[in-house]
Amino acid sequence: MKAHPWMANSGGSAKQEMLAALGENDVESLFAQIPEDHRMTRPLELPPQLSSEVALSRHLDDLMAKNTVFAEGSCFRGAGAWPHYVPAICDEVVGRYEWQTSVFGSPTSDHGRNQAWFEFTSQIGALVEMDFVGLPVYSWGCAVGHAVRMASRMTGRRKVVVPAVMDPERRMVLETYCEPTEMARHIEIVTVAVGADGCIDRTNLKAKLEGAAALYFETPGYLGVIDADPGELCTLAREAGAEAIVGVDPLSLGLLEAPGAYGATIAVGPTQPLGVHMYAGGGVGGFIASPDDERYAREYNTLNISISETREPGEFGFGLTLFHQSSYGMRDEGKDWTGNSTYLWSLANAAYMAAMGPEGFAEVGRLIMARAKAAAEALNALEGVAVDLSRPVFKEFVATFDKPVAEVNAAQRAAGILGGKDLTGEPGIAGNAMLLCVTEVHTQEDIDRLVAAVKEAIQ
Amino acid sequence: MTAPIKDYLKQSKGFHSAKWSEPVVMEMTGTGRRGVVFEDAPAPALPGKAARKTAPALPEVTEHDALRHYLHLSQMCLGMMGVSLFGTCTMKYNPRIGERATLEHLKNLHPLQEAETLQGVLELYDNFSDFLCEVSGMDQFVFQAGGGADAAYTHACVTRAYHASRGELQQRDQIITTIQTHPCSPATANTAGFEVITLSLEENGYPSIDQLKSVVGPRTAALMVNNPDDMGIYNPDIKEWVRIVHEAGGLCFYDHANFNGVMSRLRARELGFDACMYMLHKTFGAPKGGGGPAVGAYGCAEHLVPFLPAPVVVKEGDSYKLDEDRPQSIGRVREFWGNAPQVMKAYAWARAMGAEGLREAADISVLSNNYMDWRLGQAKGVRRSNPGIDAPRMEMTRHSVEQVTADTGCTVFEISNRMTDFGIDALWLSHEPWLVAEPFTPEAGELWSKEDIDYWIDVLEHVIGEAYADAELVKTAPHNGPIKALTSALDDPAVWATTWRAYERKHLKKMAAE
Repeated sequence: MKAHPWMANSGGSAKQEMLAALGENDVESLFAQIPEDHRMTRPLELPPQLSSEVALSRHLDDLMAKNTVFAEGSCFRGAGAWPHYVPAICDEVVGRYEWQTSVFGSPTSDHGRNQAWFEFTSQIGALVEMDFVGLPVYSWGCAVGHAVRMASRMTGRRKVVVPAVMDPERRMVLETYCEPTEMARHIEIVTVAVGADGCIDRTNLKAKLEGAAALYFETPGYLGVIDADPGELCTLAREAGAEAIVGVDPLSLGLLEAPGAYGATIAVGPTQPLGVHMYAGGGVGGFIASPDDERYAREYNTLNISISETREPGEFGFGLTLFHQSSYGMRDEGKDWTGNSTYLWSLANAAYMAAMGPEGFAEVGRLIMARAKAAAEALNALEGVAVDLSRPVFKEFVATFDKPVAEVNAAQRAAGILGGKDLTGEPGIAGNAMLLCVTEVHTQEDIDRLVAAVKEAIQ
Repeated sequence: MTAPIKDYLKQSKGFHSAKWSEPVVMEMTGTGRRGVVFEDAPAPALPGKAARKTAPALPEVTEHDALRHYLHLSQMCLGMMGVSLFGTCTMKYNPRIGERATLEHLKNLHPLQEAETLQGVLELYDNFSDFLCEVSGMDQFVFQAGGGADAAYTHACVTRAYHASRGELQQRDQIITTIQTHPCSPATANTAGFEVITLSLEENGYPSIDQLKSVVGPRTAALMVNNPDDMGIYNPDIKEWVRIVHEAGGLCFYDHANFNGVMSRLRARELGFDACMYMLHKTFGAPKGGGGPAVGAYGCAEHLVPFLPAPVVVKEGDSYKLDEDRPQSIGRVREFWGNAPQVMKAYAWARAMGAEGLREAADISVLSNNYMDWRLGQAKGVRRSNPGIDAPRMEMTRHSVEQVTADTGCTVFEISNRMTDFGIDALWLSHEPWLVAEPFTPEAGELWSKEDIDYWIDVLEHVIGEAYADAELVKTAPHNGPIKALTSALDDPAVWATTWRAYERKHLKKMAAE
């Protein structure tokens, strides 16, 4: 076998030198611990080795050529992964070999990454106006799951109220986290009605909240609807002794009120909109935030990074706090579990939020709402398409069609456009419904092409 | 290659990390500068009380400032830039081809695209599942879990669904593990709702069959273990363990975090396990990112396939689909179908290795670890865990500097910090609880050269020498890093601050008041 480019000791005399030091002739004797009847009796049968980078690169290119990649501005699908613009600096930051390949290090030797983590949590804290933010979790849905479990531990209650209309992906993750009914610590998921205005029905909510550990709702909601008074929902939850967990799209927070300002007790949300590509779903991540109150802080499952002083006066360092309550510290007695998460993306998120600044968030929010509105109006003007224009939407909105959505989308694909998500049959959805996503990446020309393709599809 | 330490100390002052006095980015504000701008659009009419009243307190920097700040921070990150033998994490080269290919091919794919537009990535998933099935003997792999711990959680959820399908979930409420198994197994078993039983180690370095038998019974839902453990000790009774747990009606999950040394020599399914997990960001060459995005590739035998999280990539004729119609599925452990870029990077790594490369990597990692053991055995004050066990260890070994600490007062933390002054990544010590005092656990893997490994040991010996000669020098380390050792009591609620907002409230305002 040729010396392998990724294994230094596969070439030269290193193996012989190490064997000689050990007084061995062959590596086989070093595997003496493995009993004979545990061993494979034949070599692995795997596809041929591609140790040449040119051959490997070609193989990947050939395989990936079988995908259809929709051009930037031609993807109108969101629902958990959204086509947003990723500034070039974000790719450069996450591509840095130093922290991309590092595993953990120490607060001093990997100081830079620890600082960048703190800048991630600090900027999320500024957006949601909350003082305690954990390092990120796997996804928004996982953040909801952990937050609900936190609330259950804090209140000793086993019920969570969620809107009847909720992203099924996130809802499925929450169901997993709430455990089946057979388990002693099962958390019951109860739905609250969503009114014709797309917002949570307050009367129904009051009836559902008794004995709940938490209310979970989102604004903007799954279908893009902005609640006019989310603080009222939080108050109702708190009055019932429940935690008020609010899911927010961080890109909306230049325009929309911060959950910490209207009485949310836990805020969660996605991090992919903050400078991470969709990556077929591999860009998702989630955050959890709350007041910096021990009642909350001592229930986090996440790793948590704190600013610190060092031996050098005036110098900042950054180290873990509340480590012992994690699964690393207490195994099965820790708070849920933690482990590898989406920490590299938090560096893209930090660079993104820093470059955006307060005005960038306001500006992108206005642009997203204007573009979404333009698309909604143009689609609604088509015969056979209806969009509820009675309320403003953020980024996503529902269009209903006379025709099955699958047919509309097939025609769009033929025109090089990825249409919205097919909502047909989902809870609380009537008719042939599509969830469209329009963001800052979509120009007026893109919207015109979308509308033309829809028109063509429904004729 | 790094120069041998003797010359290195003679020739220059040696390593010093980059040291930029970067402010916290939250301090870089109030300037009116912009890093990203967008086209103007009219302010929308927002309903009721929806509008934000106060702009978020974020930085105001130029694009260049933002880039430069984060590049400076990246430069103050040692990680693998020197030598990192961070145990249990299997530090490998993370091939750059994977980075280029994922940016070129995956960045604009949406996870909810129709399968007909995802044929390339679905074929890659299917090919890689086949690859891992051959490596493990399992029948299907899925990649939804966002890390190794998430794959352990997946198993705990599959265990629930399996026993529920047989009407036995209420009865089977216990999961058995060992104290040397990674904390993620007991933690996820507990989160999934099970009671956890943890077996303790006995004189051979693993729990006895009798101890296992004493806890197995009608309440047993599953066994979740790793093997070899982090001491490099392989449990030779593991087949018997699996038989005993199966006889009692439980499932057996093999956490293959420590796979590098046994790769190509044994297969989880042939040992009887029902399911196993590989960490693609460890054993399979995808980058770790300082903590993800990662993938816990979860594989299982046929009888558990119906319970896998959906969607599952399945081949139908010549094409692939994302199969969602799986009535017995546990649903989701995370949205969508996994960290596709990491799956692609791991697939690329695996294809570049092939069967002969996997065997070579296993050979080298075990040989290098035993070579380290041999050299560390000659280092002053260093002792191997389980000294009574003579058999060669697998791909890593736990050692202790307890004697050095007793003699000099320097702890393993301080020794580790001092080693970073020579470009050595911080040591991996041990998971809790520390069964070995003042532990450290290096794992040489197959990437690093013999010179790198020798340099690593030279530095340890040098630092131990310093501890005996000038303990203060070690205790006050690092000296050549970007910052000095932390001093705040970060577990004190009056002190900790996980955001700049909290820091301002607790510290800056207090300082101003004083």
